[in-house]
Amino acid sequence: MAILTGVSMQNRRPLTGWGRTNATVAEVIEVPNHEVAAAVKEAGPRGALVRGLGRSYGDAAQNAGGLVLRLLGSAHQAVLDPSLATVTVPAGVNLDELLRVLVPRGFFVPVTPGTRFVTIGGAIASDIHGKNHHVEGSFGNHVRALTLLLADGSTVVIGPQQQPELFWATIGGMGLTGVILDATVGLLPIETSRMSVDTTRIPDLDALFSAMSDGDDDFRYSVAWIDPQAKGRHLGRSVLGRGDHARLDQLGPKELLSPLAYGPKQLASVPPLVPPMGVINHATVAAFNEVWYRKAPLHREGELKGIAGFFHPLDMVSRWNRVYGSSGMVQYQFVVPFGEEEAMRTVIERLSVSGAASFLAVLKRFGAGNDSPLSFPAPGWTLALDVPGSARGLADLLHGLDRLVLDAGGRHYFAKDGRTTAAAIRQGYPRLEEWKAVRDSVDPEHVWQSDLSRRLGLTD
Amino acid sequence: MDNALGEPQTILLLGGTSDIGLAIVREVLSPGARTVVLACRNVEKGELAAAGLRHGGLAVHVVHFNGSDTASHEQVIADVVAQHGDIDLAILAFAQLGDGAVTSKDVQAASEIAHVNFTGTVSATIAVANRMRGQGHGAIVMLSSVAGERVRAANPVYGGTKAGIDGFAQGLGDALAADGVHMMVVRPGFVHSAMTQGLKAAPFSTTPEQVAAVTAKGLRAGRRTVWAPGILRYVFSALRHVPGPVWRRLPLG
Repeated sequence: MAILTGVSMQNRRPLTGWGRTNATVAEVIEVPNHEVAAAVKEAGPRGALVRGLGRSYGDAAQNAGGLVLRLLGSAHQAVLDPSLATVTVPAGVNLDELLRVLVPRGFFVPVTPGTRFVTIGGAIASDIHGKNHHVEGSFGNHVRALTLLLADGSTVVIGPQQQPELFWATIGGMGLTGVILDATVGLLPIETSRMSVDTTRIPDLDALFSAMSDGDDDFRYSVAWIDPQAKGRHLGRSVLGRGDHARLDQLGPKELLSPLAYGPKQLASVPPLVPPMGVINHATVAAFNEVWYRKAPLHREGELKGIAGFFHPLDMVSRWNRVYGSSGMVQYQFVVPFGEEEAMRTVIERLSVSGAASFLAVLKRFGAGNDSPLSFPAPGWTLALDVPGSARGLADLLHGLDRLVLDAGGRHYFAKDGRTTAAAIRQGYPRLEEWKAVRDSVDPEHVWQSDLSRRLGLTD
Repeated sequence: MDNALGEPQTILLLGGTSDIGLAIVREVLSPGARTVVLACRNVEKGELAAAGLRHGGLAVHVVHFNGSDTASHEQVIADVVAQHGDIDLAILAFAQLGDGAVTSKDVQAASEIAHVNFTGTVSATIAVANRMRGQGHGAIVMLSSVAGERVRAANPVYGGTKAGIDGFAQGLGDALAADGVHMMVVRPGFVHSAMTQGLKAAPFSTTPEQVAAVTAKGLRAGRRTVWAPGILRYVFSALRHVPGPVWRRLPLG
């Protein structure tokens, strides 16, 4: 239940992103969709913001000193239209809940990131991407319509054909154009809940670039996991995993008994009492990366895997972000255009010699971007990796990487960022002013604010 | 806003010409920093300091601020916020040392030092803290001194004010924690600076740059108290318990 009478001090609590850095305090309340307008009226000069499951790594879902809303909603309110292959769903519902409803009925979400613990609203606001970006684009490409609550309390239904400017400013708009209340999203029909996966060990970065450039388009899903500590001639050694949803004729007799069975479980949780320095250091990470590379097959085709095992391996350990200890972690993700492979190589080289311990880094080949001024994906190569916040020299290392990325015509991902600068965003997103103009037209008083928007000058 | 690495974007130095304060500002500046405000009594001197800080995309402003004019403090802070937005880091660095031999006998001189060092610091800190409570984030660095840890006969007024603001900052820091505001008390030993020019250095003396390095490290680690140099924590945990007759004879400068 919403506690609208309690919009005073008793709901004040510290919030962080998934990286667990830089907590700030906000008034946090949970509201059903029909009470959002009333709750937003209570917002003071620090404004309001909706927070989903807090899986963005930095400060995107925080609003220091202001109001933070969490939307209540259930996957049972989802309306599936099997003939059109669409679902209309409240924005507070997350992909985990939604997949449990959709998969047994033969449908899959159009885009899933590396975790299924993201809300529909968050997926749209961050315009998330997944392993299928090179063929199917980002989440926003599949949104047919959405209901947006504006700063003045009114609601509008928008889509690619209805108020397209506001629609595309909301896709990837980091929650700063209004509150997404619900959305109608296109779905992918599937015959089975299994994935057919090809896995290949790749010895170095050149081989990886050419393997992905030549072969990715034959697969709906493709991503490479790079060992960020491999150096010299092993630089960029990686395991390339590609696949698609398995068809019925690919299943064995046992799987055919329940072709659409789906019920992923969490196997473990990281306890709250991890040593303050965490358990991630150069030795543990180097050992992990070595074992992980060696255990991958040289080449294997058509292996059947579950949805969770293919898309969401880290979700099996809940709260895995705690392993980084009290100083938390920083995630670094950027994209550089095709033709800037040397910039990518230099980034990976600098990371490999920096000693900043990192688990696997993820490299992916993006396809075309969409019409959103603030959407992250653009044609090119994207790399994402975690670094412990306590790593020595981290600020200088990442600042140097920022320069490389920007000089190569690349940019950074808002949903992962916790530390880049307003100047870097202005350079990486040349349509920022265009986005601000649309935002100002629907929110002249800047009701929608976040720590990220203040840090990066989005609401200046 | 601070970023994920604890780097502040907007920094307010109260005591804008303080050697230690300016060294701390230089130490915490990062490529993400946008604005530094130097608040000081002597604006001309402040402008010289500002010229030394300006570079690239960093804006450095000087505003007039008088530590002893407590009635003006709220307005000064309000103006800074109105013009530059959230204050991510405020450094409380204004204080007068005074001549101990004079202030321990002269009623007027003693009360002036006590007023600016203690009342002025308390007043300005509360004005800053009120803003940061509303922001839901922010950090305050309180420049205390080992002189307040056990007050010496050589300068009891200065030492007494430092003892006072040290305790005040600890208590206020605890009160602010729930609002996302972090208070850190810095206790330097004898620092070679404009304030101590001509004085004989005490053992374990240090420099503004060393105090700044310790301060920046402590902020990143979320510490509540740091000493500069760090060894003074252990020296004073012993000195605190030295019997009075012995304490009075110690050659502490």
